[in-house]
Amino acid sequence: MTKIKSNVAVSESGFVFNPITGESYSVNPVAAEIFNMLKENKSFDEIEKELLEKYQVDAETLEKDFNDFISMLKQYQIIDENNEKEV
Amino acid sequence: MQKQRYERPVIKKLETNMPNKFGTKTEYTPKTHIDGVAVKELVKEYGSPLFVISEKTIRKTYREAKKAFSTRYPKVQFGWSYKTNYLSAVCNVFHQEGSWAEVVSGFEYQKALLNGVDGKKIIFNGPDKTVDDLEMAIENDSLIHIDHLDELYTIIELAGKMNKKPKVAIRVNMDTGIYPMWDRFGFNYENGQAWDALNKIVRSEKLELVGLHTHIGTFMLSANAYSVAAYKMADLALGIQKKYNHEIKYIDMGGGFSSKNTLKGAYLPGSDTNPTFDDFAEAITSALINSDFKPDQLPLLILETGRALIDDAGFLIGSVISNKRLADGKRTTILDIGVNLLFTSFWYDHKISPAQPFTQYTEDTVLYGPLCMNIDVIRENANLPLLNKGEQVVVHSVGAYNMTQWMQFITLRPNIVMIDEKGKHHLIREKESMESINHFEKVPEHLKKFEL
Ligand SMILES: Cc1ncc(COP(=O)(O)O)c(C=O)c1O
Repeated sequence: MTKIKSNVAVSESGFVFNPITGESYSVNPVAAEIFNMLKENKSFDEIEKELLEKYQVDAETLEKDFNDFISMLKQYQIIDENNEKEV
Repeated sequence: MQKQRYERPVIKKLETNMPNKFGTKTEYTPKTHIDGVAVKELVKEYGSPLFVISEKTIRKTYREAKKAFSTRYPKVQFGWSYKTNYLSAVCNVFHQEGSWAEVVSGFEYQKALLNGVDGKKIIFNGPDKTVDDLEMAIENDSLIHIDHLDELYTIIELAGKMNKKPKVAIRVNMDTGIYPMWDRFGFNYENGQAWDALNKIVRSEKLELVGLHTHIGTFMLSANAYSVAAYKMADLALGIQKKYNHEIKYIDMGGGFSSKNTLKGAYLPGSDTNPTFDDFAEAITSALINSDFKPDQLPLLILETGRALIDDAGFLIGSVISNKRLADGKRTTILDIGVNLLFTSFWYDHKISPAQPFTQYTEDTVLYGPLCMNIDVIRENANLPLLNKGEQVVVHSVGAYNMTQWMQFITLRPNIVMIDEKGKHHLIREKESMESINHFEKVPEHLKKFEL
């Protein structure tokens, strides 16, 4: 399960601050939605379902983009690697 | 409920106090229409990639340039530089505006004739004019600009044979304070080669020396270099007047004005920093007017401006094939336009706009073409809104040299359309096909069959 570090949050304007590294980030609305759903511990399947209903996108593209996004969260150390077993 | 436009999720690190080397934000207004025609409509009808030329922009740019010179100088003539873009439709817009033709090969010369240009209004430049080319040019009373002594002797010989007096000028190269100095074409001013050639021409009595020509470089960022060049040209013309009592009818200052494109590595966009037509016109015309010509004896000023007249009128529409991340995490976007079509991406950081609306989120990305080669990079660094597969981008200011220097490599050359002043689009060059390419090939009989 992919887990975002508990003290990292996204603001309404898409601003992300990581208190551990002191770095700031910005995310776009789709990323903010995913970010919040991840915080709610939703699974990829749940996230995918919600996004497919809301946006003009196919499942393949979404999955590819989702994985890419997760890899960036890892690179920025926003995902808790310890809690993470699989993506 | 209508579903919302999807944009792939992105997270971007905010870097404070970092200079932005990815260009200014103004780059990021979507280019959904070209002269009122929807990009999507063009792609639907003509496919992607697609070159689009705006007739309106050509005419507007030409008139600006013309005005910059003709408000400062009594006699001005432009000659359209065919090599810059010799699509007949493009040439004819310039000819309708009053441009003569400037050509550098037998092929370009014939193209100008076929377009309907009077031979007397064709300027023939370049080091490679064959005997046949020269005969044709002499026959048609064209303006032959001599590049080297071998050519000079050939023309003298042909003049005798044909019993005609060819109209000639010499190409002069010189030090204008810029580097590199283009001294491989023509005769040098400083070391006396130019005078040597002029003496030979006048003394031969077989040729009519009508003008002097120079072309000091291309994408010049210094208007002052033209001032230096114009003074030297004036000096030669006045010297001939004095020595032989012979009047030089025109001074041809060549091309070379920079367009609004941004050279690679430049910190500021070219549209903000490059000299304008007014800057170049001021430099050239004030040098000529301030030299010792009598006011009523100023020679005709010819200009062979290429890229600065056509760059902005050309657009290249392309589509996103895929978004990909490199091993080091860098975002890349693969487009269906490669360096085979966009030769100028070796020189410029082309302005590239998405062809559809987008949010304010952007990503630093490398733009690659579809060719299977490392050199196929359209932009090394672009800060672009998020593009989805299948969406379009518009590359700006691609009108100069791309449609002549393009390569048939891996893919076929695409359609080119021109949008006229009323917003109607016309196919002006059909895309290549298997037949058109195979038409040139011949397979020897013994190679026609094989078994695998
Ligand atoms: C003789 C001559 N005239 C005109 C041009 C057009 O130059 P530009 O496109 O830089 O204006 C060239 C380009 O190389 C040239 O060689």
